[in-house]
Amino acid sequence: MKDKTAIVGVGATPYYKRGQSVPETELSMACTAILAALDDAGLTVKDLDGFAIYSSSCDPAVVGATLGVEEIRFAATLTSGGGGSAGSLGLAAAAIVSGQAEVVVSLMTLQQATRRLGGTRDSNAVQVSGGSPYGGGGIPPGMAFQAHSGLLSPGHSFSLLTQRHMHLYGTKREHLAQVCINQRDNAIKRPTAIRKEPLTMDEYFSARMISDPLCLFDYTMESDGAVAVITTSAERARDLKQKPVYIMASANGGMGRWGSAIFTYFQMPDEYFASSGHRPVARRMYEMAGVGPNDVDVALLYDHFSPLVIMQLEDYGFCPIGEGGPFVADGNTRYGTGRIPVNTHGGHLSEAYIIGMTHVKEAVEQLRGVAVNQVENCEIALVTGGPAGLPVSGTLLRRD
Amino acid sequence: MSETVVKTGVYPVPLKDPYADETTQPFWDYALQGKLSASKCRTCGTCLMPPQPRCFVCQGKEFEQTVLPGTGTIYTFTVVRHPLRPGLDEAVPYVSGIIELDGTQGAGARVQANIVNCDPEKVRIGQKVKVLFEKVSETYAVPRFEPA
Repeated sequence: MKDKTAIVGVGATPYYKRGQSVPETELSMACTAILAALDDAGLTVKDLDGFAIYSSSCDPAVVGATLGVEEIRFAATLTSGGGGSAGSLGLAAAAIVSGQAEVVVSLMTLQQATRRLGGTRDSNAVQVSGGSPYGGGGIPPGMAFQAHSGLLSPGHSFSLLTQRHMHLYGTKREHLAQVCINQRDNAIKRPTAIRKEPLTMDEYFSARMISDPLCLFDYTMESDGAVAVITTSAERARDLKQKPVYIMASANGGMGRWGSAIFTYFQMPDEYFASSGHRPVARRMYEMAGVGPNDVDVALLYDHFSPLVIMQLEDYGFCPIGEGGPFVADGNTRYGTGRIPVNTHGGHLSEAYIIGMTHVKEAVEQLRGVAVNQVENCEIALVTGGPAGLPVSGTLLRRD
Repeated sequence: MSETVVKTGVYPVPLKDPYADETTQPFWDYALQGKLSASKCRTCGTCLMPPQPRCFVCQGKEFEQTVLPGTGTIYTFTVVRHPLRPGLDEAVPYVSGIIELDGTQGAGARVQANIVNCDPEKVRIGQKVKVLFEKVSETYAVPRFEPA
């Protein structure tokens, strides 16, 4: 699969604060992003024949019919949520390399006007009405083992992971703050970013604590918008409008006992409980590409929560396990001066939260040489999917 | 049973019944007796919490509900300070934790629980805790943990 396919087009809607995209809909925004991506590639709807998505981001049946796609030859999703963002590119590559489809779209579209992602877990439980003793009222038997703990959201779950990482390795809130500050600095120059006010260490430490050790700034924004990318074969890519961005390698999965990891399941073995879950995926991805962390020029790491940037730096081999905090504090991930700039677009923490697809877009722009915070001599970019339930994923992209 | 007064540090449980099936009923039966138990694989002795159809170590499907000492160690925790929904304003700050249970192998049988009767600022990973059950209804006694 290595280098046999390339991203040839990227398209996006504006990014909005949660719920502000109305009267657009998830479907209308998906269509806008897909058409923009096709146009960017110098292709049209007539060329589109595959959907390789994650988190069931759209229904290919509905989008295909709405756009008037002629024939769909591949329609598949990675099975987790944000964990599959980078891996959807590998899925697209697999579709193309296997000869099933030629022009494949990967995308995310998101609107949070009537429902919020990661909304409180007991919202099912509070709607209880009476029922039979055995599974009545539509409440599954497992719910009673969770409903009493007070753990209500992904943020609570990641707080648990972070607390243990701090206990094991001495990671500090100052390290998390630096992740947030670096990304805010990257967002300031970007017209598309939602949060553009500079963030100081003092402001970080004055912020409201949501659930120890995470404060307001450690949490991703909630946004609306859509981003789509078009992948095709390397041969076809050479004839199209933009310089191809080759998919060097992609891996999805994780250790079996990583499981649904921390949303309702906390049974991951000690060895990797306090981690992003990406170690096995990183290893396979680098192996497929034939490169290592020292070859990566920019890292677009899924940042739903700041501490997971630190854990991914460790799991992708940029620094030893447990040393991610000091690695960030020492400036290694800063744009301009750091050895491995991270989230040069501001990421979920400062630009917008489109469940990982803005990281793909930024990687493509970096490798095309047109990024706002352009990394010099940028040849290889890492994009990761969200540390969360299995499968998680990682993809290496390289320039022409 | 009417709504109880919400106490700081004590997470108000929204369920009034465990909605048990044949596999999970034994846990809740023991809970009503104030006993902590886990599903134990008859083949290899691995404990599971909550019960599952298969043992993840040996893939066996025969289990025995086994009473545990009721003590454990805090594996990790968080102090929830921001009320995420109405009705939690008086409950925060409360501590939610993951506890490894004595009498089990740890991972695979960890429980999530509200840790009570403690100062949230003093809770530590590695701290010893013991279970206490709060009877929420005639069918449902909820496990919480407190410093041992």
